[in-house]
Amino acid sequence: MTSGKAVLDAHLVVRRPGFGLDVRLRVGPGRVLALLGPNGAGKSTALRALAGLLPLSGGHVLVDGVDVTAEPAERRPVGVVFQDYLLFPHLSVVENVAFGPRCQGMPARRARRLALDLLAEMGLDGCAAARPRRLSGGQQQRVALARALAVRPRLLLLDEPLAALDAHTRVSVRAQLRRRLAAFAGATVLVTHDPLEAMVLADRVLVLEDGAAVQEGAPAEVARRPRTGYVARLVGVNLYRGRAAGTRVRLAGPPGAEAVLTVAEPREGEVFAAFPPRAVALYRDRPGGSPRNAWPLTVDGVEHFGDQVRVHLTGALEVSADITAAALAELALSPGLRVWAVVKATEVECYPA
Amino acid sequence: MPVSTSPERERRPGRPSAGRVPWPLLLPALLGLGFLVLPLVGLLVRAPWPTLGRRLLSAEVRDALVLSLTTATAATAVSLLLGVPLAWLLARTRFPGRRVVRALVTVPLVLPPVVGGVALLLVLGRNGLLGRYLYEWTGYSLPFTTAGVVVAQVFVAMPFLVVGVEGALRGTDRRYEEAAATLGASRWTVFRRVTLPMVAPGVLAGAVLCWSRALGEFGATIMFAGNFPGRTQTVPLAVYLAMQRSPEAAIVLSLVLLAVSVLVLVLLRDRWTGAP
Amino acid sequence: MRLSRLVAPLCVAVAACACAPGGGGPPAAGGERTLTVFAAASLTEVFGELGARFEAEHPGTAVEFSFAGSSALAAQLAQGAPADVFAAADTASMDLVADAVGVSRGPVVFARNTLRIAVPEGNPAGIDSLGDLAADGVDVALCAAQVPCGAASRAVLDAAGAEVEPVSWEEDVKAALARVRLGEVDAALVYRTDVAAAGGAVRGLDFPEAAQAVNDYPIAVVDGASEADLAEAWITLVTSPEGEKVLDDAGFDLP
Repeated sequence: MTSGKAVLDAHLVVRRPGFGLDVRLRVGPGRVLALLGPNGAGKSTALRALAGLLPLSGGHVLVDGVDVTAEPAERRPVGVVFQDYLLFPHLSVVENVAFGPRCQGMPARRARRLALDLLAEMGLDGCAAARPRRLSGGQQQRVALARALAVRPRLLLLDEPLAALDAHTRVSVRAQLRRRLAAFAGATVLVTHDPLEAMVLADRVLVLEDGAAVQEGAPAEVARRPRTGYVARLVGVNLYRGRAAGTRVRLAGPPGAEAVLTVAEPREGEVFAAFPPRAVALYRDRPGGSPRNAWPLTVDGVEHFGDQVRVHLTGALEVSADITAAALAELALSPGLRVWAVVKATEVECYPA
Repeated sequence: MPVSTSPERERRPGRPSAGRVPWPLLLPALLGLGFLVLPLVGLLVRAPWPTLGRRLLSAEVRDALVLSLTTATAATAVSLLLGVPLAWLLARTRFPGRRVVRALVTVPLVLPPVVGGVALLLVLGRNGLLGRYLYEWTGYSLPFTTAGVVVAQVFVAMPFLVVGVEGALRGTDRRYEEAAATLGASRWTVFRRVTLPMVAPGVLAGAVLCWSRALGEFGATIMFAGNFPGRTQTVPLAVYLAMQRSPEAAIVLSLVLLAVSVLVLVLLRDRWTGAP
Repeated sequence: MRLSRLVAPLCVAVAACACAPGGGGPPAAGGERTLTVFAAASLTEVFGELGARFEAEHPGTAVEFSFAGSSALAAQLAQGAPADVFAAADTASMDLVADAVGVSRGPVVFARNTLRIAVPEGNPAGIDSLGDLAADGVDVALCAAQVPCGAASRAVLDAAGAEVEPVSWEEDVKAALARVRLGEVDAALVYRTDVAAAGGAVRGLDFPEAAQAVNDYPIAVVDGASEADLAEAWITLVTSPEGEKVLDDAGFDLP
């Protein structure tokens, strides 16, 4: 939760033919908000609007209580790290970092010293005189961050900051970035399509789909209780929406043939029901015994993740099940085969929609 | 298939095999090359080599060459000062009628230079639309002056610069300019410290083209600025008139201009426009 | 397969040959004949009119003119330019052509011209005599020294003892006249025929020294002409009483 006055208070409304964005954001000092969503959701649009690179059709942007909605980018107290870093190729690394302070009126020598200090903090003082193209991806990312921080912004905007890095570099750079963001006193808004990135770097996550916020909360919360298929797929759970009456949830489907889910705790009204793929057990024949959730489904596809196997099933509902390779062999599963999927009621997370 | 290394099978390095270059391309290419190169060869062959030294030092050649070089350079400077902002306006801003303005800017490119000279006379001449006021107030008129030569050259050469720089500007990644804006740079600072340095090779190439065009300008110059040695008689004019009196003098002047042009092009073009 | 590879270059070669001109220009197909006349710029109006009459009298003939400074035309003819007739504004240009390529049926002098001072309508600089041209602040256009008009101007200015520095040396007399018509200069030395041709746009002033430099206009058939008989017919027309009347009306003196 925000402590005291929010650094960023924004209501972003952008109307374009074929696309609309309407989302409210509040970020407190020292906090990091991640905008998560699929391509075309409006994340980059939101970021550009916050930066002042895109005019708003409506709404407002307040930074430290000051209305900057009408201000162009150069007059907003923001720092932006772009996906491709966009380090000026014709300037050296230190000149890149000193660029912002010099634009703010700082004398060249002081700006250069400030830049060198910042680079030293990042561990990049050896590259100060080099041209950006000589640096590795990880180094460029840190230079871009230093350049954005050099202007002492109140709002830091990061556009897919780790997307341009290879998987190996990403891990170490992500850890460093987390430390730097923790030390930053202003508000940070981070745009990403990688849920892991959002989980690690952000205090709160806002999920954007089709220009609207569909879910907001702490990362763990969002992962445990996804509210849309997109998030569910992202964090890897089976998600369903239905009407609960006690411990029975009637899922949406063709009338008369709706699937029924049994959950552990009684609920009423519209609910989400979710369970992870590893909670699903598969049998050739209908099992006896206690489990109340059992459905006859058809195997649609089989994927291998290392030594885990994910089986996609269709029928009364769509289910993803994680089983071991041994189980796969034992069941002799192949597409088109009918099997029984069983889930314990206690494994199903059920929460109001 | 095993590679044979016996000497007679080895190809000499650097020799393209005849089958590599298609005939339908090779023949016209050679014809084109000949068409462009042979007149220059003709100049060199017919030059009065024995008397070349004396002629080169004559006042007529010297005056015309100095005048040509200074006016072309001045015209390029003016074109840079006026043309780069114009190119920026066309490439980076939106205003009603932008397409029309761009078309108008390129008109001098297709207009016969003599027609350009007539147009300049009608506007800036002593009785011209604007020139008459200049003459009435100050007694000064542009025709028949060295400044008039520069004006005529700017008219025909600046569009080359504008078109070249506009193209270069369109080719730059505007996201760098956005990045600079987020760092607090005003539009003028963005232009000065980001756009211009990134587009510098294109500007230089445009300037070289502009300079060359100004150096060779004849029709607009003779029409607007007239012909007077040392004041308005540039090398092309001197060549034209010398041809009637003494072709040897004309050839010498032509050689001088050819040598200067080649020198400039060789020194500047490849290095700054990055051609291999 | 092998033969088709030769087709493309063969086509190119054939096209190149087809574009190459035959020596001297072939006669126009279908009976239309073209007479090419190189003439001094000052003959523009007179020869234009005579050309129309010639075409009427010789159906199926077209007369093509090239008007420019006589020295420029002489230089072109000396380099082999294809013309049938040459009419110059001075004998020096004609001599050059006679030496270089040769002439026939002449040269015969068919007209004479003297200079006049041309001033714009209203005579803004108040020019009265040749000496006024040398005054400070007077902008004068003169023909370049190598054109006949220029040589004549030099002669009359020397005779008057006037040191005139023009603002521009024009490559032919019509260019000098144009400067006056546009009001870009205060005066120019042109032929009396040019002043007459300009009508009311230009005023002419006589001066006594004009008699010191009278230009003789010779005309001849150029050797190697492709339409030699038409060329002779043209000269006949120009020197006939009909031609003389046109010349006289325009202001030329007759020899």
